[in-house]
Amino acid sequence: MKTVFQKPKALTDAPLHYCPGCTHGIIHRLVAEAIDALGIEGNTVGVAPVGCAVMAYDYFSCDMVEAAHGRAPAVATGLKRAMPENIIFTYQGDGDLASIGMAETVHAATRNENITVIFVNNAIYGMTGGQMAPTSLPGQVTQTSPYGRDVKHCGYPVKVCEMLAQLEGPEYLARVAVNNVKNVLSAKKAIQKAFENQIAGKGFSLVEVISACPTNWGMTPQKALEWIDEKMIPYYPLGVYKDRSKEAGV
Amino acid sequence: MAKITFSTDLCKGCGLCVAACPKGLIVLAKGKLNKKGHAPAEITDQAACIGCAFCATMCPDCVITVEK
Repeated sequence: MKTVFQKPKALTDAPLHYCPGCTHGIIHRLVAEAIDALGIEGNTVGVAPVGCAVMAYDYFSCDMVEAAHGRAPAVATGLKRAMPENIIFTYQGDGDLASIGMAETVHAATRNENITVIFVNNAIYGMTGGQMAPTSLPGQVTQTSPYGRDVKHCGYPVKVCEMLAQLEGPEYLARVAVNNVKNVLSAKKAIQKAFENQIAGKGFSLVEVISACPTNWGMTPQKALEWIDEKMIPYYPLGVYKDRSKEAGV
Repeated sequence: MAKITFSTDLCKGCGLCVAACPKGLIVLAKGKLNKKGHAPAEITDQAACIGCAFCATMCPDCVITVEK
């Protein structure tokens, strides 16, 4: 018998602290599988965010650095410029990347820093107990929008991939989801491509992963995955938003 | 013939593998708790498993190993 599926080597044996059914675990695994597949564990440095994934440094076997809230792309910029032969990735949530870290994200993208950004969008602040995030959907009930997000009062959600695609800088921007087997397999390919781009020296690659937060959405894990299909994906369409390797003349 | 094994004590009983199995072979154990206090996932009929690894693909906690 041949082992066809096992825990990737780039993950440690530490049990994940995430809630039951939280898809952070799937995304951690996809990142680790990309690191394993490319054989880069020895020279990869990850940058952990503030948020639910704050303890990601316990889970990845490669070197990890903890950044101040939202500043992971700035820390990654420094790491990459100081050690250009190393592979640098950030792993950030929506409260980290799309709120307090928006400036760092946009400027790292427009400078086309040669880093890989994994952006986990679950439309809520998870760690602090389910407050409205910049990415919460219109009408979405959260702790701080108990009657649903009112766009007249709170504005509209930030669509990070669409926004960054307007810039000339970034190399690769893709939005994927992890709510079913097919989407997980597409997400795996996109994440691996984001790492391959960095190895090839192509520049800023961001993969936005639509993720579930069953606890703070107030749903069962399976219902949360269905909610991604019903509500999240229609608002945040999946696909590749920018890929300069496919643009004519580049 | 395929074989799946569970690292039972890592399981949080979220049931994503239960929904992912195309053959409906996985259930959350009844009357059994793991070290974390969750009802862990287990396979009902090992011989019927086709080794597609859909369960392991959807498991957020790398609980499942698949051999074929």
